[in-house]
Amino acid sequence: MKGTTELALMANTLRQDIIRMLLPAASGHTAGPLGMADVFSVLFFNEMKFDSKKPDWKERDRFVLSNGHICPVLYSAMARAGYFPVEELMTLRKLGSRLQGHPSMAKLPGIENSSGPLGEGLAIACGMALAARMNGEKHRVYCATSDGEHQEGSTWEAVMLASKYKLDNLVAVCDRNYIQIDGNTEEIMPLADMAEKYRAFGWHAITVDGHDIGALLHAFSEAKKTKSKPTMIIAITVPGKGVSFMEKDYKWHGKPPNAEEAARALAELEAERAKLEASKAEQAHTSKEAKA
Amino acid sequence: MKLNPSMHLLDLHLPEMKKIATRNAFGEALVEIGGKDKNVVALCSDVAGSVQFEAFAKKFPERFVQVGVAEQNLASVAAGLAYSGKVAFIGAFAMFSPGRNWEQVRTTICYANANVKMEGSHVGLDVGEDGATHQALEDIAITRCLPNMTVISPCDHQETRKAVYAAWKTPGPFYIRCTRNAVPSFTTQETPFEVGKMNVLAEGSDIAIISAGRCVCESLLAAEKLAEKGVSAAVANMHTISHPDAAALEKLARTCGLIITVEDHQIVGGLGSAVAETLSEIYPVRVARHGMRMKFGESGKGSEVLKKYGLDAEGIAKLVLEEMKR
Repeated sequence: MKGTTELALMANTLRQDIIRMLLPAASGHTAGPLGMADVFSVLFFNEMKFDSKKPDWKERDRFVLSNGHICPVLYSAMARAGYFPVEELMTLRKLGSRLQGHPSMAKLPGIENSSGPLGEGLAIACGMALAARMNGEKHRVYCATSDGEHQEGSTWEAVMLASKYKLDNLVAVCDRNYIQIDGNTEEIMPLADMAEKYRAFGWHAITVDGHDIGALLHAFSEAKKTKSKPTMIIAITVPGKGVSFMEKDYKWHGKPPNAEEAARALAELEAERAKLEASKAEQAHTSKEAKA
Repeated sequence: MKLNPSMHLLDLHLPEMKKIATRNAFGEALVEIGGKDKNVVALCSDVAGSVQFEAFAKKFPERFVQVGVAEQNLASVAAGLAYSGKVAFIGAFAMFSPGRNWEQVRTTICYANANVKMEGSHVGLDVGEDGATHQALEDIAITRCLPNMTVISPCDHQETRKAVYAAWKTPGPFYIRCTRNAVPSFTTQETPFEVGKMNVLAEGSDIAIISAGRCVCESLLAAEKLAEKGVSAAVANMHTISHPDAAALEKLARTCGLIITVEDHQIVGGLGSAVAETLSEIYPVRVARHGMRMKFGESGKGSEVLKKYGLDAEGIAKLVLEEMKR
């Protein structure tokens, strides 16, 4: 478990990994992974229970990624959590790599579901939550989804089922970044107030700033306390977060940076990191003084 | 025509021959297996009664999941259960599972090699009255092309039971297609059944009729009619369509030199295609495909619709004679 500044630093690490791995991959998605770095930092370094050296440990929490195209952030989080060497991130999308363009459970231990086709993860998570309940197991099921994939009718089939079966061992996060490949979600196919939609379907819904680590920690803890209904955390995120020229631009949904863009992006992220380190040092200093 | 004694078939004209829909056989085996294995779960999409999952649902309510009219969810929720160690049986009309949820079947079940066993009920023209929208005539084509999937089209009550038991005992995805209407129960407990192994039910030397599902019995009856006309027709049951029995097919091709395939399915992509593909690579002989000739079906009694499209014994026999003249 890490504190909020450490989680923010980890999110920065994930963002730098994402840029570094997408450059040699020369294809893939940039904005989504950057936008979800804070959520993944919280999930993998505070919230979820797992043993990266024993990916099949029965009591582990399950993590289902529904929108598989944001896998660079998942791979980075898994590498940093010790599932595989960080250097392997550079094999993303290459022939023979375990890091497939969209995640493959057959290739990489620790991946709970193969994904990419949208609107399937929540249903898989429901199946896992049902199995846990049937077996009397205490682990929880986490599912990351995107706003765009809520245009898939199949997503709502799973939303209804989770509510019907009162799956309170299931918590989903929606990356509400308002973009999809062809443009802005509200122009392509409006999703409007997603939290209200979820409440209407019988879920507990929480809307948070997806970059506010403290708020995310609080939301996950609230989900844990919520009984007899599943929880959806609508995380309002900035696509491309942390890289000024990528932020909020849907054109970065499905393309990687070139060498020059990657260098600029990494420079920005390094500057952000320096700020975070400084504030961490300041905090440490203050707490030392307080103790003294 | 002489039935192969090692197949232990009943006399086709036995007055007390039972007729049972293979969907009933599926449900019967499922509830037995549920009693033997606590890991078995079953899911339905609002057709538990139709696909005969009700007995399981009643006996094991804690292991039954009703997903409502939502076949995409049916497949993916079952996949999630299977990833968690369950053996998940899912039942629906074939038109909608694997019809509507094909991509979920591909990604969440087959790509994952998940332990999900699909019952596709109400297949073919046999469905009858409901008409073309509900007559699954393409389900074999869209399942046998999927890696890891085993596709079985059992011919009757006993064979369906054996297929369901085999699916339970064999890890990985299965698709078992079942009939809505009752078909003669002409095979017995002693009739051999092995996944991927074709059964030669009647020996013959002029032509080999290769069939699966509810058309097997009609093919045997057709062979009887042909025998009266001096034609020696072999009849084989290739129940595992995804894994053609190449050795047995080659043997039939060598003996008869002419093959006709008979199925309650489009002639493209189904049993006929599987046989033709296999033989063209190992021992090319003429393969005439009989089934639905790239048309949609229509309403009527199942038996009437099948007859109209030549899938009854008489129609099959007639076609065989035509093919032999060519």
